[in-house]
Amino acid sequence: MSDHNAHGSAAKADHVEHPTWKQYKWVAFWLTLITAIEVWIYYTPFKDSAAFAPTLMAMSAFKFGVVVFYYMHLKYDHAIFRRLFAMGLGIALFTIMALLFLFHKISV
Amino acid sequence: MATAVATAGHDSHAEGHGEHVHHTSTGLENRKIAVWAFIGSECMLFASLISTYLIYKGRSRVGPWPHEWGCKTSAAVAKTRELLQGCSPADVMKPILDIPVTSQSTFVLLMSSLAMVLALAAVETKGTPLPAGAGWWDRCLASSKFWLMATAVMGATFLGYQSYEFTSFVHEGLTIKTNLFGSSFFTLTGFHGAHVTAGVLWLLTLFAIDVKRGLKGKTDVLLVDICALYWHFVDVVWIAIFTLIYLIQ
Repeated sequence: MSDHNAHGSAAKADHVEHPTWKQYKWVAFWLTLITAIEVWIYYTPFKDSAAFAPTLMAMSAFKFGVVVFYYMHLKYDHAIFRRLFAMGLGIALFTIMALLFLFHKISV
Repeated sequence: MATAVATAGHDSHAEGHGEHVHHTSTGLENRKIAVWAFIGSECMLFASLISTYLIYKGRSRVGPWPHEWGCKTSAAVAKTRELLQGCSPADVMKPILDIPVTSQSTFVLLMSSLAMVLALAAVETKGTPLPAGAGWWDRCLASSKFWLMATAVMGATFLGYQSYEFTSFVHEGLTIKTNLFGSSFFTLTGFHGAHVTAGVLWLLTLFAIDVKRGLKGKTDVLLVDICALYWHFVDVVWIAIFTLIYLIQ
């Protein structure tokens, strides 16, 4: 493909360096560790704390981001993919917040 | 946009070794753009299902409840068994969510994502000679068949856990018609399970192709890449469901 001028940009955009096995292994380790911590704090008195839900949501968001950026290669891929995903995710988060607000599950 | 560009005659083709990859003027593959747009729309689908669950949370008039203890003969609901006074042991309903079992299934799904990225890496590096003195692990890492099957098996294991969970819930008196929790819970997790089922079938199809003619070349890398994106998306949805539905009370 590289010797074909018409396909130069296509080849450049398609060819992205992905993480190695060692990086994937560490990603899996952190995902497992965070999940274990989430489950562990569920069984501690911290469960009754006001900080419990925000803490779990922060850890969940971190795991979400790690999978999306490393396993789904969004960190390495073209910006168009990031925008497409961010658009859907943004609308999704807005929908959740709007519905919870409308049904008085959250208030300002 | 991708279609418009293609019809305007700006698409390019990578041919050779039986490959036929369509690109747009962005330099990106049509199908990969499409799958990211699909994943974006799937975010909205699951957002609506999660919202429904959260809106109905705590509004069930009859049990069983997800995290609370209840009494069949009265409307009493309590956070602990000790607080549920005046209810005979036969009428006590324990919290229905089984966190240890779901934690195991979550771990299996997380590990399936690792297997999936290794399957993609194996297809991408197919044809590259192994280094001298390569051990069994290097040969294992290079086997796309192994990692595709491993991912499918872990996906099927997750579905097994979900089947066990659903069956035990029905035995404990929670069906999709019992209360608001049952309706929203079974709809949300059922939709996710259907997505996992589709993913497992997709993986088995790729495995069959790999066995029959071998997955190699840019076209096949794209096929596995798209399947991997879908599979990881199913994984991230479960990350959200596990925290919001199972752990946060």
